[in-house]
Amino acid sequence: MSSLDDLYRRVIMDHYQKPRNRGEFEDGALTVNMNNPTCGDRIQLQMKIEDGKVTDARFTGEGCSISMSSASMMTEAIKGLTVEEALKMADLFSRMMKGEATEEEIEDADLGDIEALQGVSKFPARIKCATLAWKAMEKGLREQPN
Amino acid sequence: MNAKEIRKLFPILNQKVNGHRLVYLDSAATSQKPIQVIEAIDRYYREYNSNVHRGVHTLGTLATDKYEGAREKVRKFINAKETAEVIFTRGTTTSLNFVAQGYARNFIGEGDEIVITQAEHHSNFIPWQQIAKKTGATLKFIPLAEDGSITVEAAEQTITPKTKLVAMGYVSNVLGSINPIKEVAKIVHRYGGVMVVDGAQAAPHLKVDVQDLDCDFFAFSGHKMAGATGIGVLYGKRYLLEKMEPIEYGGEMIDFVELYDSTWKELPWKFEGGTPIIAGAIGLGAAIDFIESIGIDEIREHEKKLVDYAMERLSEIKGLKIYGPKQRSGLVTFTMEEAHPHDIATVLDAEGIAIRAGHHCCQPLMKWLNVSSTARASFYLYNTEEDIDALVQGLIKTKEYFGNVFSG
Repeated sequence: MSSLDDLYRRVIMDHYQKPRNRGEFEDGALTVNMNNPTCGDRIQLQMKIEDGKVTDARFTGEGCSISMSSASMMTEAIKGLTVEEALKMADLFSRMMKGEATEEEIEDADLGDIEALQGVSKFPARIKCATLAWKAMEKGLREQPN
Repeated sequence: MNAKEIRKLFPILNQKVNGHRLVYLDSAATSQKPIQVIEAIDRYYREYNSNVHRGVHTLGTLATDKYEGAREKVRKFINAKETAEVIFTRGTTTSLNFVAQGYARNFIGEGDEIVITQAEHHSNFIPWQQIAKKTGATLKFIPLAEDGSITVEAAEQTITPKTKLVAMGYVSNVLGSINPIKEVAKIVHRYGGVMVVDGAQAAPHLKVDVQDLDCDFFAFSGHKMAGATGIGVLYGKRYLLEKMEPIEYGGEMIDFVELYDSTWKELPWKFEGGTPIIAGAIGLGAAIDFIESIGIDEIREHEKKLVDYAMERLSEIKGLKIYGPKQRSGLVTFTMEEAHPHDIATVLDAEGIAIRAGHHCCQPLMKWLNVSSTARASFYLYNTEEDIDALVQGLIKTKEYFGNVFSG
């Protein structure tokens, strides 16, 4: 099952089992709901934006190990980034899933845990699982009022 | 019947996937095709490809004969009274939408009731939901029993004199339950309503007799019963089809076309506007010949044995939950404590085992079951106990795999 090990890396399972930033903000936050209609996965992503920066993020939802761990990693990664930086990361992630990002780019971006999701690109049926949370983030940040 | 021998007639099954013998357990999504069907379609394109019902040339006549011959095979297969009641469509979804648009929309109005169930596939759910919205009719649901099945009593309590139409799947694509169509049709008819049956999961697996069921409409797809994709059937009682206006206007379905009005061809061609799905229909005819050469009752018996065996073996796996009633068609839907359905499907795929994971086009039923998705293994005549053993082995591996990753 060596190819499966490429998909289910230990760090991914760790995020799946112990998701970071799972929950909701009690006060207001930028909220995006998104689902993957082909499989039933769904996510609610909330982001706090102050002075053009993502200061905090939380998510709730239901889905497979890949979609939930990706949401956990993404919410960790975008905290402290400017809106522009977060969108840039979303773009890189999307290209990484399609196998279009160069190794250099990925290394330069210093993605941390997120790099573990690279293996998903070899499982075309699962790419949508990995990108769900990122699509939600992109949608929220692009459509925010300011 | 000998499934091992039958398997050899399906070229696609003779291959390795991810280094393992292919174990195809997704026939409820689409079945595989035997060489007879593939060759029938191939022969049409190689030897007599022509449009039907128009040319006087030899190939055109041959194509028409084969196309209409396939219609007669379908008629006999479902025991319709006449071929005028057999309309070729693109599939079950199109067939059901034809009934919704051509019948329900014109003959159902405010104050009337449409009755369905929460276990329906989206294709037998959304058309009625939308027709109810457009016509102002009330949409009602027959409550499901604890195991998800539909009882005659529950139908009796839901259907009223205001009920103009009841739409129900014969066999549930998630639960495998076989619903009491004949009994429900009796109740509907007592009040003068019509009975619409989604037969997509029934026609491939058990004997369908539309006259015995006394249903008014019956829809099914070719691709789930060894035929090609893109071909399906709508059966309707003649008097109802005659009341209905055509749904698609165009060539092939007309009698006379004047500047300001037109008249329609007789049944069934009134509903077959445009060049029909000729190769698909001929392929479906070949699929019916194939099924009948084995015997639909034999197929049902074989699947019964397989599903009983599968239920027994799967229930040995701790933490695995099976949905649906004990008495069922050849499919098992389940979840596992250790792994999400998509993860199960991915691990099994690495072992060459194809199953379905997701909501199975049944979001309202998933809600009722209180799950976001499930895994489903479905069987057909080419599956063997060996396939089920492979599934069980694969699931044990899945369990171990996820168990290890978590504990490590």
